[in-house]
Amino acid sequence: MTVESVFPRLEALLPHVQKPIQYVGGELNSTVKDWDACDVRWALMYPDAYEVGLPNQGTMILYEVLNEREGVLAERTYSVWPDLEALMREHGVPQFTVDAHRPVGAFDVFGLSFSTELGYTNMLTALELAGIPLEAKDRTVDHPIVLAGGHAAFNPEPIADFIDAAVIGDGEQAVLDITEIVRAWKAEGRPGGRDEVLLRLARTGGVYIPRFYDVEYLADGRIGRVVPNRAGVPWRVSKHTVMDLDEWPYPKQPLVPLAETVHERMSVEIFRGCTRGCRFCQAGMITRPVRERSITGIGEMVDRGLKATGFEEVGLLSLSSADHSEIADITKGLADRYAEDKVGLSLPSTRVDAFNIDLANELSRNGRRSGLTFAPEGGSERIRKVINKMVSEEDLINTVGAAYGNGWRQVKLYFMCGLPTETDEDVLQIGVMAKNVIAKGREVTGSNDIRCTVSIGGFVPKPHTPFQWAPQLSAAATDERLAKLRDSIRGDRKFGKNIGFRYHDGKPGIVEGLLSRGDRRIGAVIRAVYEDGGRFDGWREYFSYDRWMACADKGLAGTGVDVDWYTTRERSYEEVLPWDHLDSGLDKDWLWEDWQDALEEVEVEDCRWTPCFDCGVCPQMDTHIQVGPTGKKLLPLTVVKS
Amino acid sequence: MQRIRLRYTKRGRLRFTSHRDFQRAFERALRRSAVPMAYSAGFTPHPKVSYANAAPTGVASEAEYLEIGLAEARDPEALRAQLDASLPPGLDVIDAVEVRTSNFVERLEASEWQLRLSGVEPAEAAKAVETFLAAETVEVQRMTKNGMRTFDARGAVAAFALAPSQVGNGNDTGTDGAADVRTGTPCAILRLVVRHATPAVRPDDVLSGLRATADLAPPVPAEVTRLAQGPLDEESGTVTDPLALDRAAAPAGQ
Repeated sequence: MTVESVFPRLEALLPHVQKPIQYVGGELNSTVKDWDACDVRWALMYPDAYEVGLPNQGTMILYEVLNEREGVLAERTYSVWPDLEALMREHGVPQFTVDAHRPVGAFDVFGLSFSTELGYTNMLTALELAGIPLEAKDRTVDHPIVLAGGHAAFNPEPIADFIDAAVIGDGEQAVLDITEIVRAWKAEGRPGGRDEVLLRLARTGGVYIPRFYDVEYLADGRIGRVVPNRAGVPWRVSKHTVMDLDEWPYPKQPLVPLAETVHERMSVEIFRGCTRGCRFCQAGMITRPVRERSITGIGEMVDRGLKATGFEEVGLLSLSSADHSEIADITKGLADRYAEDKVGLSLPSTRVDAFNIDLANELSRNGRRSGLTFAPEGGSERIRKVINKMVSEEDLINTVGAAYGNGWRQVKLYFMCGLPTETDEDVLQIGVMAKNVIAKGREVTGSNDIRCTVSIGGFVPKPHTPFQWAPQLSAAATDERLAKLRDSIRGDRKFGKNIGFRYHDGKPGIVEGLLSRGDRRIGAVIRAVYEDGGRFDGWREYFSYDRWMACADKGLAGTGVDVDWYTTRERSYEEVLPWDHLDSGLDKDWLWEDWQDALEEVEVEDCRWTPCFDCGVCPQMDTHIQVGPTGKKLLPLTVVKS
Repeated sequence: MQRIRLRYTKRGRLRFTSHRDFQRAFERALRRSAVPMAYSAGFTPHPKVSYANAAPTGVASEAEYLEIGLAEARDPEALRAQLDASLPPGLDVIDAVEVRTSNFVERLEASEWQLRLSGVEPAEAAKAVETFLAAETVEVQRMTKNGMRTFDARGAVAAFALAPSQVGNGNDTGTDGAADVRTGTPCAILRLVVRHATPAVRPDDVLSGLRATADLAPPVPAEVTRLAQGPLDEESGTVTDPLALDRAAAPAGQ
């Protein structure tokens, strides 16, 4: 059955919408394969606007991994803005892929990558536009398998009604394994219908099929237990881990869009996982263990990627990039190689220490030294012990002094508000730290013109972290605490004018908290918000706290639980958490001990350099920490003049 | 520094490329094909590229122009082919000459546009054009950055008529025929020459003028293509090649 392009019908709508280029595809390095020559077809979605979704590394990697395989086709789709959505509904144009403009409903698998929970309403828009029933139970054998991945999928329970399946962990090998199962089932003539293929996926132990689990609740609203309701379906579903990153050098041919997007650079993931053990950090907990890409593998990816894209900037990505065992050789080697080519290097996510100033100097060898960003996360020494962010105030001040001394003009400090056990005093320390930073800068440079920007995000407790039991700070209390900090900064005559202060109000954090630690009962809330017009919840101009709260009242009516119960309530050791049956490898008892350590302000070292703390991941997942050094260097590239 | 003028297109679905989008795509194509660009001085050096008179987003074009500065001399035709191969199909580089004359932008006196009006009978469109041309001035409005603006859309129009293929019976087949081959509905094709004036009169404004003077309202948005821009021959109402002077000034044998 050949599937027709919807482009002619879409084209007539494009003159009426903003930034039409985002809907036409044709990106450099994009792929359009013959529909009929493929027997397993994936539509991959990053459920946000094109400008955010296109640069997403996860989607780009899976797109390329799948399209490289014979007989497999993958196309991309993104959320359409409300102006186009309205026209598509009016003219009956379905959700389409940007590659060949095929209708999403015609694919075998509809895979969505959720970096954040705020994409859930956008998923519902896409499903409805695609003509796919919103709830999994209403779908037939002819509808795509709706599959969720990404970090938010580590607790897929709030969207359990809407997805057929979820995969947690690294996707590279997992999508190929799923492809083989779907291919075999189709080749056999789709025996047993939709149920059968989902059952085959569930029995691998690596694909979560929500409908094959029943959730039982206690009278007080907590979960009693979660039980498989089919033979052969495992009690717990495992995350996937790719061990050798050098075997997966993706993206090899990064997509280069015509439209402007949020990241316009050649990104290379230099390692995956982090064992620093910051207790608030979900990414660091669920991506363990650390697996480094080799220095030579990185060099090859950068070389090939720049040639394929023409980008002017290379981003060396990871959760804490300066922690790569050969980061100094990598940055120096790349800076040397591309000194003549006006290629910039960037190193997002670095820690606060003197070593990083050397790195930053190397990266800015030919350019302007404008701003450096550090993330102490907590204002007081005490709260930094609670969150296990091991930076002393002295270290920070010395580091910052070195930065100003090296010609950097501005320092940006990132903090969180609402951390467990936090008091007003801990937050007010943020202001004190900023003043000390400026004082040091003035001392080092002899100039009064020193800037320090303080940027504050609200803390949201996340599943699979030691803080998964913690009470979230209410929106009102967050706002009150931040107001006190603002007043103390603004009121300071000597330093106030030199401190920039950026923060968000506490309301969006409560909705994120509700979705992060929610269970299946939250599905009704998401659906109510969607039906009331909720879209693009990650965008200030679209997000509506009042709508979420009104819909939560409606959706949770009769359950005995409410938004506070999900967010500001502290959980106990015995409580069955909605995500306990999704196995990130972390031992729940270890997480609990780490939570107790947090409350006692006890820090834990990084297991890369100290003995194992038995977090459980390596033995449970049969993985191990994989770090260098390899001792290799990046040699100059042979220059071939064209 | 060698300077080269290039002519490029925005065809098919890539007509939705905005000018900013095109600039980024073009500068990346320069890097991919390792063109030895000359750079501006300063903290953030930029490759020397200047663009002339870009067509609006959503409007196709056969005749966009830009100029680049090179640090090392290159053969214009070889450079054209290299850049064309590096850009996506639809953004095609179709002509290149070495710069030998100045005042290029002033030479772009007028544009020739093609307007495809799907769902409009050619005869009906021809009548509307006659009414438009008969008027001395045609006031139209457009939203600009400074609010709603009213101006004359008639004065800048140097020529306006049914496309040659539609004059007479106009019943040849293909995309230039009187009916759209894709849908079988009637389709009028107009050829329009507009002087580049201030305020700029765009094809959209002329279409607003057709609506204002002759009540012509196409059921779907017009597909607009810039066919040419360059010096205007007032006698014949035609637009000529703006690169002709550079070509003529080339030393013999090149």
